Amino acid sequence: MSAPSTLSILRWLVWRDLTLAWRRRADVLSTLFFFVIVVSLFPLGIGPETNLLRSIAPGVVWVAALLASMLSLGRLFANDYQDGTLEQILLTPQPLYLLVVAKIFALWLVSGVPLALIAPLVGVQFGLPQDTLLVLTISLFIGTPILSLIGSIGAALTLGLRGGGVLVSVLVLPLYVPALIFGAGAVEASIMGTSPQANLSLLGAMLALALVFAPWATAAGLRISLE
Amino acid sequence: MLEIIGLGCVRGDRRLFSNVDFSLRPGSFLQVQGPNGCGKTSLLRMICGLLEPAEGEIRWEGANIRSLGEEYSAAMTYIGHRNGVKDELTASENLRVSCGLGGIDVSENEASSILDTVGLKGRERLPARLLSQGQRRRLALARLLACRTPLWILDEVLTSLDKDAIALIKSIVEEHLQSGGMAIIATHQELNLSAGSFQRLELAS
Repeated sequence: MSAPSTLSILRWLVWRDLTLAWRRRADVLSTLFFFVIVVSLFPLGIGPETNLLRSIAPGVVWVAALLASMLSLGRLFANDYQDGTLEQILLTPQPLYLLVVAKIFALWLVSGVPLALIAPLVGVQFGLPQDTLLVLTISLFIGTPILSLIGSIGAALTLGLRGGGVLVSVLVLPLYVPALIFGAGAVEASIMGTSPQANLSLLGAMLALALVFAPWATAAGLRISLE
Repeated sequence: MLEIIGLGCVRGDRRLFSNVDFSLRPGSFLQVQGPNGCGKTSLLRMICGLLEPAEGEIRWEGANIRSLGEEYSAAMTYIGHRNGVKDELTASENLRVSCGLGGIDVSENEASSILDTVGLKGRERLPARLLSQGQRRRLALARLLACRTPLWILDEVLTSLDKDAIALIKSIVEEHLQSGGMAIIATHQELNLSAGSFQRLELAS
């Protein structure tokens, strides 16, 4: 028997999750629509007051991204848990840490990336200038993987619980706060005409930190949930 | 060789079993029996490493499975109650993905010949949600043929299978034992295998 190659196993896992997401694209699209609709409600409700809209835009877009990424967490492990494939994944001859990273990466590709890509379009409704839209997109590109990583801990811990959805939000939303502050802070700085670099750097540091610790905590959570 | 030494299981505040000892040599087969709720599934999940033993030790080739980690996972195939079949994937994709996750790349042609063997000919491209219970079970068992690991751990393997499928399983397991494999099977039905040495473990309630 040849030694199982880590890369090929991870590739299978990512391929599998992306194929599943494609076959259930209604789920993916509904998260994206949720984001677009929530963000669009604010300009409609407030009216065409450019200054007010501009000052609330960073917070509104980021909070909507937070909520949309919460919605996508349910897909991360729950389906695999129900049909028994999660057991198979746990018994895969690879460190669970890497498998969790692969699963989160696949989730981010179908939940975080579309959000970041569509953000400039919804940002236009708030009358944001062009360079601010760019900062918004960049901040979401760095920020959404943090949200998926931190959220995966909550998803793993609440696996198999009844009413887990509400519990996930209670567990995870407070942990999202630093990402929200620096993500929205970067966009705000750009609106004020100052450099968003400090905020973006802090966001990047948080991503590095989350990448190291979150999959490890998620792996431990999965082992507990499956006992 | 698999050795189980003084294994005990506590679920909640109930003791399911204690002091379970046995060892399994290449070419031998263990049937786990007992009434519902006596801990058969817990025992099998402990042996495959999903459940931490409350007491006792499980050794594979002389080393504790906890310290072996992935090396042990690579030597074992577990098929539980839940088949581990994805509804949205086709039969062939399901087989290829679960083998791929086990570290074995199966080509499309190999997958269809294996599915042919387990009686799923012509259904390779059907999404698994359209398969019947028994067919899903057959699909799960196809993994055994694709990933030839030395140790098989099968939980209630014969449920919802018809006579032909049961005969097929028996022949697959017999062949596995003849080629030096090991199998642990929890089932209420008698298997009456003609190959390999047979042990029975009766768990009391």
